[in-house]
Amino acid sequence: MTTLAHSATTLPASRRAGGRDSRTARRRRRLGWVADHAVAIALAAIFLGPFVFIVLQSLMTSQQALTGELWPRTWHPENYRDVFQLAPMWTYVKNTVLYAGLATALMLVSSVPAAYAMARLRFRGQSIALVVVLMMMMLPPQVTQVPIYVMWTKLHLTGSLWPLILPNLVGDAFSIFLLRQFFMTIPSEYADAARVDGCSEWGVLLRVFIPMAKPGIAATAMFMFFFCWNDFYGPLLYTSENPANWTISLGLASFRNLYQVQWNLTMAATVIAMIPVLVVFFLAQKVFVEGITLTGVKG
Amino acid sequence: MTPTTLARGGSTSVGSPRKGRPWRPYSRWVVLSFLAPWLVGVLVFFVYPLVDTVYLSFTHYDLLSAPQWVGTDNYVFMLTKDPQVRKAAFNTLWLMVILVPARMLFALAVSSLVVRLKAGVGVFRSAYYLPALVPPVAGVLAFVFLLNPATGPINQVLGALGLPQPLWFNDPTLSKPSLVLLGLWGVGDIMIIFLASLLDVPREQYEAAALDGAGPWHRLRYITLPNISPVLMFAAITGVIAALQYFTEAVVAASVASGQATTGGGNASLLGYPEGSTLTYAQWLYVMGFKDYYLGYASALAVVMFVVALSLTLILLRRSRSLLGGTEATR
Repeated sequence: MTTLAHSATTLPASRRAGGRDSRTARRRRRLGWVADHAVAIALAAIFLGPFVFIVLQSLMTSQQALTGELWPRTWHPENYRDVFQLAPMWTYVKNTVLYAGLATALMLVSSVPAAYAMARLRFRGQSIALVVVLMMMMLPPQVTQVPIYVMWTKLHLTGSLWPLILPNLVGDAFSIFLLRQFFMTIPSEYADAARVDGCSEWGVLLRVFIPMAKPGIAATAMFMFFFCWNDFYGPLLYTSENPANWTISLGLASFRNLYQVQWNLTMAATVIAMIPVLVVFFLAQKVFVEGITLTGVKG
Repeated sequence: MTPTTLARGGSTSVGSPRKGRPWRPYSRWVVLSFLAPWLVGVLVFFVYPLVDTVYLSFTHYDLLSAPQWVGTDNYVFMLTKDPQVRKAAFNTLWLMVILVPARMLFALAVSSLVVRLKAGVGVFRSAYYLPALVPPVAGVLAFVFLLNPATGPINQVLGALGLPQPLWFNDPTLSKPSLVLLGLWGVGDIMIIFLASLLDVPREQYEAAALDGAGPWHRLRYITLPNISPVLMFAAITGVIAALQYFTEAVVAASVASGQATTGGGNASLLGYPEGSTLTYAQWLYVMGFKDYYLGYASALAVVMFVVALSLTLILLRRSRSLLGGTEATR
């Protein structure tokens, strides 16, 4: 702290010293500004380029898609209609929404109270509980996969998406961790006031805390929804033998094997899988960026 | 610092015991009413399967008949006979050693650039973050198309410039580097975390360093890195754990680039196409356990994975303690 104060007082001196050859300094700063922004634009082009290429590809004829040309000679938006006719895309979408929606809803019901207890209540074994949450969060799913798979087989639920949805009834470690991080940032004065007024702990959570924590809960729900939407390993493990329950990721992965030479349709299907996630991101960007930041910085 | 938090920013107040407030007694039943479902989850999806995996790793088990105790046979087979596991472990190790540092360095470079930008920060940040959201399967398909040797746009451009046109996903020496390119494209998740941490570095420290005549290298080494070391460690640990279970991208890239394999398993000669160069440990576990139903052997593979994940986390955490200590001393 003392060093900070020290540097703050010496700051004006440095400004004055720099003022002597301010013109070269200013020019150098302007050059740096231009260089930084030029690099930034080039990088943006590299990051966004693949999106442009695949959208252009998805609008070509299948013959032109094999030529390696970059710009469509004729435009074929009907490719998108064809994708829906060739593959059961609506089934995939329906299954994915079912999986992501139910998993997210169940996660919230089970994880919000658990995260609240870990952030705000005090009990014996609290630090152990946190270590367990972290361990469950970090544990690769493959480590415990065999017994869990055997369990679902014995319940005759393999082939469906239930093995992926139902575990959320008992909480999701990453969501609990993230919700706890959000809850820690909420001032406790309001909750204390409610307690003084005779509110029970559940009352505090439902009437005071959840309304105040809405952005955090929304971000956590979005992460969960996106995770399920993008998930490939889970649906592959449980539903690969039953195409009626395939999700978008599974359908997309096998799409190219079925319609091999039609890169244009494959790319159209790829765009379809990307669109919902990108739209949600643009609508809720702020919530999202804050959420990601919290996973790491305050982790 | 509480021992339970993985990595944390120095200025944030995370940690259980709040100072200066008396303990509020909560009835055990109230606490239990909040935690009951989670406790069930810990038992059913964590404690029980962890114990059972260790037990099953000493058995032959195929789901049809009861597990049969075989002692250490699975481990002996893994270490001495399994022809694929060494290749799979090598590929996974390769990804850990190359992909994780590459992504971190790139994220650091991109976020340092964003910090310096004056105009359009939000737009650039979104542009760099966007690919991280793309479903992995869609991202792989896009990259297999972009890097398609004959018709992909990248090779068209390289050809027009008179440069060599590599086979990318179809070349055993380039298939993993191609996956690294895909990983760098999706660097946004770490980039955002680094960016937030870089913005928290006190500007006064840079100004003081500038007064002392510190060059860019010294500023990076003695101010930036110590200040953001918690998020670096967070990215390293989560990155290594993610590399250990690297699955989707490798599986889909192999399947799509070969144009023949059924996803995730199928024709054994096409596993990890081309020439086993993308066969990862997690994929081998999946094939053994859930395609061929050698569940005992898959459990042994899982136990090894668990031991590796745990040791790597502990090693990194121990290193982070010293790094964190260093940070707090400077504050």
